[in-house]
Order: sequence, then structure tokens, then C-alpha cells
Amino acid sequence: MTHRQLSSGEDDLLMWSALRRHTQARIGLGRAGSALPTRHRLELQAAHAAARDAVHSPFAPEVVAAGLTGEPTVRVRSAAGGRLTYLQRPDLGRRLDDIDRAHLPGGDWDLVFVVADGLSSRAVHEHAAPVVRATTALLDPGLRVAPVILAEQARVALGDDVAHAMGAAMVVVLIGERPGMSAADSLGAYLTYAPRPGTTTDADRNCLSNIRPPLGLTYETAAAKLAALMGRAREMGLTGVGLKDESDSPPPPLPVPSSGALPPNPRSSDAGGAGSFSPSGG
Amino acid sequence: MSTYSSTLGGHRYRFDSLARLLAAASPERSGDRLAGLAADSARQRVAARWALAEVPLAQFLAEPVIPYEDDDVTRLIVDTHDVVAFAPVAALTVGGFREWLLSEAADAEALAAVSPGLTPEMVAAVSKLMGNADLVAVARKARVVTAFRSTIGLPGRLATRLQPNHPTDDPAGVAAALLDGLLLGSGDAVIGINPATDSPRAVRDLLELLDGVIQRYRIPTQSCVLCHVTTSVDLMERGAPVDLVFQSIAGTQAANASFGVTLGLLDEAYAAVGELGRGTVGHNALYFETGQGSALSADAHHGVDQQTVEARAYAVARRYDPLLVNTVVGFIGPEYLYDGRQILRAALEDHFCGKLLGLPMGLDICYTNHADADDDDVATMLTMLGVAGASFVICTPGGDDIMLNYQSASYHDALYLREVLGLRPAPEFEAWLDGIGLLDERGAIRDVSGTAHPLTAIGKELAA
Repeated sequence: MTHRQLSSGEDDLLMWSALRRHTQARIGLGRAGSALPTRHRLELQAAHAAARDAVHSPFAPEVVAAGLTGEPTVRVRSAAGGRLTYLQRPDLGRRLDDIDRAHLPGGDWDLVFVVADGLSSRAVHEHAAPVVRATTALLDPGLRVAPVILAEQARVALGDDVAHAMGAAMVVVLIGERPGMSAADSLGAYLTYAPRPGTTTDADRNCLSNIRPPLGLTYETAAAKLAALMGRAREMGLTGVGLKDESDSPPPPLPVPSSGALPPNPRSSDAGGAGSFSPSGG
Repeated sequence: MSTYSSTLGGHRYRFDSLARLLAAASPERSGDRLAGLAADSARQRVAARWALAEVPLAQFLAEPVIPYEDDDVTRLIVDTHDVVAFAPVAALTVGGFREWLLSEAADAEALAAVSPGLTPEMVAAVSKLMGNADLVAVARKARVVTAFRSTIGLPGRLATRLQPNHPTDDPAGVAAALLDGLLLGSGDAVIGINPATDSPRAVRDLLELLDGVIQRYRIPTQSCVLCHVTTSVDLMERGAPVDLVFQSIAGTQAANASFGVTLGLLDEAYAAVGELGRGTVGHNALYFETGQGSALSADAHHGVDQQTVEARAYAVARRYDPLLVNTVVGFIGPEYLYDGRQILRAALEDHFCGKLLGLPMGLDICYTNHADADDDDVATMLTMLGVAGASFVICTPGGDDIMLNYQSASYHDALYLREVLGLRPAPEFEAWLDGIGLLDERGAIRDVSGTAHPLTAIGKELAA
């Protein structure tokens, strides 16, 4: 810190730049009358534009397939025909198109990967193939892994329909998460053991979110966590709240009052939703 | 169960229950379509409104949309209905009620007097016959005043919730956003944080941080960390500085159960916070959030349209004399409210219904990135709700909440609204702002960026 007498303007600027070390919030923006200065208004619009484009850019399965050199892939669509239907009808995004379901390769699979566009095709284009590759490399070579399913207009629960139709014991859905203002390319991974369409709920899944190197989870970390979860899921014959992520050592649980067993409060936890919607739209 | 019908363009339309009629009469929104409750056509929707206009208000007492035996919110509505207050409008139909509400006879006193006689279904029904301008015109006449350390809802005033959220509840990050909001004149409704976890220790740390700032700078406002009601009760027992008890609520027993809350739990919290007596100018100590779509999302809507279910949540809220209630109107996503037009409509409906039912109604005017909405929609909504006399709005730094990952109004937006509509902060908070040199000669918030305002001591300590 300098000992020179600072003007109050410099002092103020220094203070806000120091405070920004503690938060990504848009603080100390200044004013143009009552409104935001032009620069900050345009910065907000740029962040929103990136998010909107991520939601509405079409899924290009060939981009993911190209990243999976040599791996067989199968393309499917959900029952939500287009983006507008997808956004308004989560039920249709959870169900396979009937014709596509009939063409899935059945078998005695231990595991199927479903790469789903979700709410950010950009996240899937950039991160899905590396996560599939890194995870597959860690798996028991004896594991029967199905062709990778590339699913368009898909929500997490579409994986249940896919796994059930193919006879797969376990499904990993890699899906584009709802874009925020700071990240539009975040990938989520949902592991479900013995999924049953219509009866499996979010409580039956284990989730990794914010796969987005270098700022979020790296591919290697995500793959290690997924492989560990899969191993334990096969041992215990379940996923979800009964199966915790123990691949690193979290702090011991805090003493829990009577609220401990209750579902998360909307807006009072990172579960979000004035109800309960998941970041990638359930 | 009665059937309802009307004839439009030579076609006879039938609706086989009051719930079906209400749903078909509801302005279009994606959530009702998702639930399979929306009108099949634009003409069927208007036919439903013709039929609804003829329904006597008393019919809503005779035919609950969710059976009395099945749902404790229905029981609450029926058991607390005030027949004497209802008398002046008891003979009206829904259509006649709309005209009475818009008439000069329905002034602030008349609306307050009739309020305990109104049920959520009655006000939801009449809202479906009203245009956006009607919803503004009537809500503007309603007067609901509440108080704790500041007074909310006085004529010509607009309060704000300062929302300094942080994704990991980092105390320095929260305090930095808090300072930003205070310097922009925000925080007279509440300084309210959505915590990243519901752990009692983390919640208590945040409560003590906020309480420390409020006491040190003698700010006439209240704090709230929006944890589960059971966490608040627990923390009160352990002596934590709880000003307001928060809870998200919904309009059916099953939807409330999905939030882990019952009327019994709320009764217990209401009693506990009442005993603390931390308010100075008043003792309204509950804070509720609601939002259309939460019951459908929990598969707990009983075939009732999302706007009517939302109004039923206000029957729960009014039992507890809350300081603040707000609908989180655009947060839930496009499968419930698709675009800016649907979010605006819902915002006006929720504000109108809440005010008629006697609630200090505010709004979180907001949207997510997968909804078809943007900051222009926020400006439109803010302006209409300001004209409608909203008690308070939620404000975030730059309108971007980095914890909940959505966009809401900004502190700047509140400055705009106060400026163009001549609205002032809560009187106690206004006096405080003046005392610390944040008001200019016109009573507007002074631009202190680039100056050494005394409040920046908070920031200097954090930055050091």
C-alpha cells in the first residue's frame, strides 16, 4: 500500500478492485444518472448473449462422434421435436422418439454413455467426448460398454429410457447444463444404476456438475469420480442418496437439526427452483 | 360438483368443474399446457371467461377446488373465511366483482375491509377476467402496511431487498456486495441472503455478519438468511440474531410437504419469532417467497391451474402477519412461464392477488437464461409493478445473481423506478440515508462513486 495521499477517486477505485478479489458479483459499477454505465450494460448483454446462444445453438452429434475416434455411436432424438417444444415440455425431452427407440442395439450391457444436448450444446461439443474417453480408460476392461448414444433435445431422464430399451444395467448421462452469466459451457454428469423410465427419480442419481476445464472440474477429475462412483454402484447395486461421492475426503458432516432430512428449500440452496428444477432441466 | 357452460359463436362449451373452468379461463402460459389444463383454443378460453363471469362469488365457498378432506390449505381457507367481511360482495358474480373492484366505491378502506372475506380462488377468478391495466389499477388502490425496523407499504414509497448472495457464502464476498447495495440506497425491505447451504453453522455466521453491520451503522432495516424454517427455529433456540423467519410456501398441502413444511411448523416458528421482539417500529417477523409452478413441479397441483394454486399460497402467508411476501416470478423456467409476456402477466396477477388478500406483496422480477426474456422485460415489469404500487422489489449487483444463477433487477433499476415515479424509500431508512449523506437535495440517492463515503469503511476493512 502506498503512503502517498490518494485522491478519493483513486482510493475508491482501489477499494473496489480489492473487493472484487472476494466476489464475482458485479459490484462498484458506477452510475450514468440512475442507470448503468454503457460499458457495464454491454458486458451484461454479452454474457446473456453467450448464454442464449448456448441454449439455442443446434446440437451437432458429428462433432461429438469425431471426438470419439473409433468408438461406435448411435444417434437418437427425444419425443420433443424441436427446441421450442423441448423448452416447454420437459416430459417429452425425457422420452425417446418411438422409431429411434426401436433401432437401439439391445444387448447385455453393463454400461451405456448417453451424450445429451440439454440446455447447452456448446458444453457437449467441447467437453463430452473427452469425458467419455477419460472415463472409459479407467474402467475394468471386462465391462461390456454399449455404443455411445448421442441424444438430441434430451433431458437427464432420457437416459433411463435408453438404458431400459437397450438392456443396460447402468447409464451415465453427460448433459449441457443451464448456462449462467459467467459460464455457458458447463457439462453435467448423472450416473444411474438400474434405471426404470417413469419410476427412477433424481434422488436415485449421483451427479457431478460444472465439468469445464480449466475453471471447473477437469476431465481427469470428473473421470476419476465417475469411475469410483460406478465401482461402488455395482458393488452396492444402487445409486443416489444411498451412494455418496467418497473419491475425495469431504469435511465431516455438521451437526444436523430437525431440518436435516428435509428436501432443499427453493432459493435457499444450490438446488434452485421455486419448486424443484435441476440445472439441466431434469 | 357443478358443471359450467357458455355459448360462443354458435358453439356450446362445457366445463365439468370449477377447477376446470378456472384453468380454461386462465391467460395462456406454458405450465398449464404442461399440466394438460390449458384451454384447447383461444375461443374456448374466452368462452370459459364468459361462463366464469356469471359464477356467483359464493359458489367458491360451496365448491372448493381441492377437497376439504384432502388438503389443509383448503381447510385453512374455509375455516378462516370471514362471513361478515364478505357481506358487501356476497351477492356479486365474478364479473360483477371485477366492476366493483374497478369502481370508485372500492377505495383503500373498502378493499381492506373486504379482504378477510375474500378467498384465494375468488381473487384468482376475478384476475382471469382482468386485463393487465385492470390488475395495476386495482392493486394500486390497495394499501397494506407492515413494519419491523422499517415500515413497508406506505403510499409513495418503494422498498428494496438487498440480495448480496455469494456461491460459497464467503463473508468478505457477501460484505462487498452488501456495501455496493447500501451505497446505491438499497436494503430497506430487508438485507436477505440465499445461503449456499442450509447448515446451521453457516447460516449463523451470515446472520451475525449482517447483524453486526446493521448494529454498527444503526441501519433501520432487518436481516434474513433464507434457510429452512426448522433451521431458523433451531437457531433462535440457540440465541442467534434472527430478525425474520423465512420460508418458501405453496398453495397445497402436498406442495408444502415437498418443501418440508407444514402449517404446524409455521405456527411454531411464528410463535418463536414473536417472542424475540427484535422489531422496533413493528412486529411483523415472517418472510415468505412463492411462485407460480411450484405445485406442478412437485406434482402436487390437484388439477388446479398454476395461478389459482399460487393465490392459495397467500392464504397460508396471511395467517402469519408477514413483513414481506414476494413471488419469484420468472425463476422457475420456461416450462411454466415461457417468455417475458407470460412472466409479466404472472407478476401482475400475483401482485394483485396478494394485495387483495392483504399481503405486503413484493416481487423478484427475474428470468433465467433458457426463458425467452431479457433485461428489457425486467424494465417493463419493474415499471408496471412500480405503478401498481408493489411494496418492494429484490435487487442484485448489476442484476446478475452469481449464487442462484439468474437475472433479477439491479440496484440501478430501483434507482430508476424511484426516479421516474417519484417513489421514496421506507421513511426510517430514508432518514438514515440522509443522516449518512447519501441523499441529495431532491431526496434522490447521491452518486458517491469516486468519493470517500464513510460507509466505505466496510470495504476498506475487507480490502486491507
